[in-house]
Amino acid sequence: MVVKYLLGNEAIAHGCLEAALDTAFGYPGTPSSEVIDTLRTWPDRQSYVEWSVNEKVAYEEALASSWCGMRSIVTMKHVGLNVAADPLMTSAYTGVKGGFVVMSADDPFAHSSQNEQDSRCYAAFARIPCLDPSSVQEAHDMVRDAFSLSEEFLLPVLFRPTTRICHSKSDVTLGEVAALDRQASFEKDPRQYVVIPAHTRVLHKQLNEKQASLKKRLVESGYNRSTIRGKIGVITGGIAASYVHEVVSDSVSIAHIGAYPIDEEWLSGFIRSHERILVVEELAPVIEEVSRQVAGLVPILGKKTGHVPYEGELSPSRVAQYLKAADIPVKLDYPVIQPPAGLPVRPPILCAGCMHRTAMYAIRKVFRDGIFPSDIGCYTLGLQLGVVDTTICMGASITVASGMAQAGEKHDIVCTIGDSTFLHTGIQGLLNAVYNDANITVVILDNRITAMTGHQPNPTTGVTASGVERPAVSLEMLCRSCGVSFVETVSPSDLVQFTGVLKDAKARKGVKVIIAKQPCVITERRAKINRGKYRVSSDICIGCKACIKFGCPAIELHSGIALITDLCSGCGVCTQICPVSAISLEVKE
Amino acid sequence: MSFDVLIVGIGGQGTILTSNILGEACVIEGIHVRGAETHGMAQRGGSVESQIRIGQEYGPQIAPGTADLIISFDLMEAARYCHYLKKGGFIFTSQEYVVPTSVFTQDFPAPDEHMIMGLIGDYKVIVVEARRLAEEAGSILTQNIVLLGAASSHLPLQEQSLRDAVSRTVPKKTIELNLKAFDLGRAVCSTH
Repeated sequence: MVVKYLLGNEAIAHGCLEAALDTAFGYPGTPSSEVIDTLRTWPDRQSYVEWSVNEKVAYEEALASSWCGMRSIVTMKHVGLNVAADPLMTSAYTGVKGGFVVMSADDPFAHSSQNEQDSRCYAAFARIPCLDPSSVQEAHDMVRDAFSLSEEFLLPVLFRPTTRICHSKSDVTLGEVAALDRQASFEKDPRQYVVIPAHTRVLHKQLNEKQASLKKRLVESGYNRSTIRGKIGVITGGIAASYVHEVVSDSVSIAHIGAYPIDEEWLSGFIRSHERILVVEELAPVIEEVSRQVAGLVPILGKKTGHVPYEGELSPSRVAQYLKAADIPVKLDYPVIQPPAGLPVRPPILCAGCMHRTAMYAIRKVFRDGIFPSDIGCYTLGLQLGVVDTTICMGASITVASGMAQAGEKHDIVCTIGDSTFLHTGIQGLLNAVYNDANITVVILDNRITAMTGHQPNPTTGVTASGVERPAVSLEMLCRSCGVSFVETVSPSDLVQFTGVLKDAKARKGVKVIIAKQPCVITERRAKINRGKYRVSSDICIGCKACIKFGCPAIELHSGIALITDLCSGCGVCTQICPVSAISLEVKE
Repeated sequence: MSFDVLIVGIGGQGTILTSNILGEACVIEGIHVRGAETHGMAQRGGSVESQIRIGQEYGPQIAPGTADLIISFDLMEAARYCHYLKKGGFIFTSQEYVVPTSVFTQDFPAPDEHMIMGLIGDYKVIVVEARRLAEEAGSILTQNIVLLGAASSHLPLQEQSLRDAVSRTVPKKTIELNLKAFDLGRAVCSTH
């Protein structure tokens, strides 16, 4: 046993290694990504680790691995579970063999997400167990135990940490990393693995029959536990439980839900020992709904009574506020303080020297009245440049573009999508657009890496998760094989050439693909590529703000004259924008 | 009760590394610690925060008005988060600030040093020449460690555990550089 200060996701990865994990598959998504990143860089790693092209692919590979008797995990964020929902539902019927854990990390407050959906609802929908940690230590312990729980009930186990678990840190007590000794072996059993209707009807019944013993087992496991201390009770779970424990008075009873499905008889016993109950949980009212079903005459306060909000994340001070409003005593009180007003906002922004900015700048110049559907990635930050008109989910930029075109929208439609996102679910939209003859321009922003989530490699990178070099996929050939005849690869750093290709595309009908290919500026910096820095000659600068409008964080305006700061990464694009040639490469004397 | 520290700055300035050093020092001393930090989208040059609760066994979040100490790598970010400080707490901040791009692209009024200090108001603030000291230590990349050193005498942790934690956390080749930065920061602020 050793104590370390670890990120939640690192602790989760370590828990997997202690459980003798054989295979791991995932698609990056904040806040889930560091689990695979920790596993793939683990020294002397024995397990197989893969970044897959999307969550459905990753899920099905991990499931198949489990069917071969191997312990397997698939990782993603909550919205990724939507992509994998198809195999999820049916895998509950087929069941598993080797322990199979589905990690879906939720993001209350949407710190870096397009919605705030609750993965616990998917577990209930699929009728599989869900483990919901309330601390980093518990996340570590739970994921380790999840593999044996999966093998005990022959079911996938959904493991659902939230942002404040994944990206929080604590001192964690770790166990030993286990050695691997399993051999993959698939035993044919069509009645289990072939879901024709005749088999499915039997499998569905078996799934339902597992539920009662599963509920009892989760109480026995200690993940669902309660302490009776008075006449008022709070029921809580996940990270909210840690806030409740921190602030609630010692005279209040607490039921702590760490696992689903909840045993109704046990929960009813707790509720009926009290006069009044408040349910405190983030996102969906999952605990609250079960509580209401079994409460009898005991009043249940929570989201449905307006005592706790449906959206956003909780915090100790918010929990204290909600407890007080429900007339439940607290031991900590918090001051009400307003943040200082009048500071300019500092939202996330495309890096200095990022070629996505250049590509978007050129798109805006050439397609002044264009409509710009976009996608999920760094380039979503192009919103600030006015070149992101829609964002829904991974892969939805090309489909939204072709949908608008097919609807008869008369403006030029130019959509942007990253390389990883294109491989994730963009391809299907492209081949559909070509086959049905949509009139759109697709710009694939190809920086050869999944940058936003922490630079995970994808099939355009030319290296696998384990660091093995592989031939990089050719986006040009992929697009051509989808039927696109206009495919041009060009670096946006040459603004004149890039703009020329955009104009060519504008003049043609049909699906045009422009691959805006350039390495990520952070990848370059890590590779110690130094392109020098640029400077403005203050006697030449006329203060026209052309470079300022470009939006590069390395360019500032002081007393009406442009100035380039230390953030400059030397892309030199500003020299092509300046109308009076006031910007040049700095010469060291 | 825990001793709660907020580390703030701009994505890429080393908030996570600095919080790791504090966490490591807690592990060295056998003290419970909880931390929360900003990843993903918010890191791209945006305003970021790391919360560290020394001696805490429950959650990682610090409420406004309750932090014991703020370490800030940018003067403007010190102002953005100063309301997290409790009465009697200290802010250790870099003297410099990066003007957000939004000032230029969206025509926000650009705040000057005087205005920022005005926003910080009555909070006890110690302004550190982090860049100059980091240069003196040998690399401007050590500004975060200079500020950690400056704030270190106000932390409920031994100087030796902090220095050990620096050695364990930073890249091997830079240990000496960072320890020098820590010492320079600590020397400057030992009088506060």
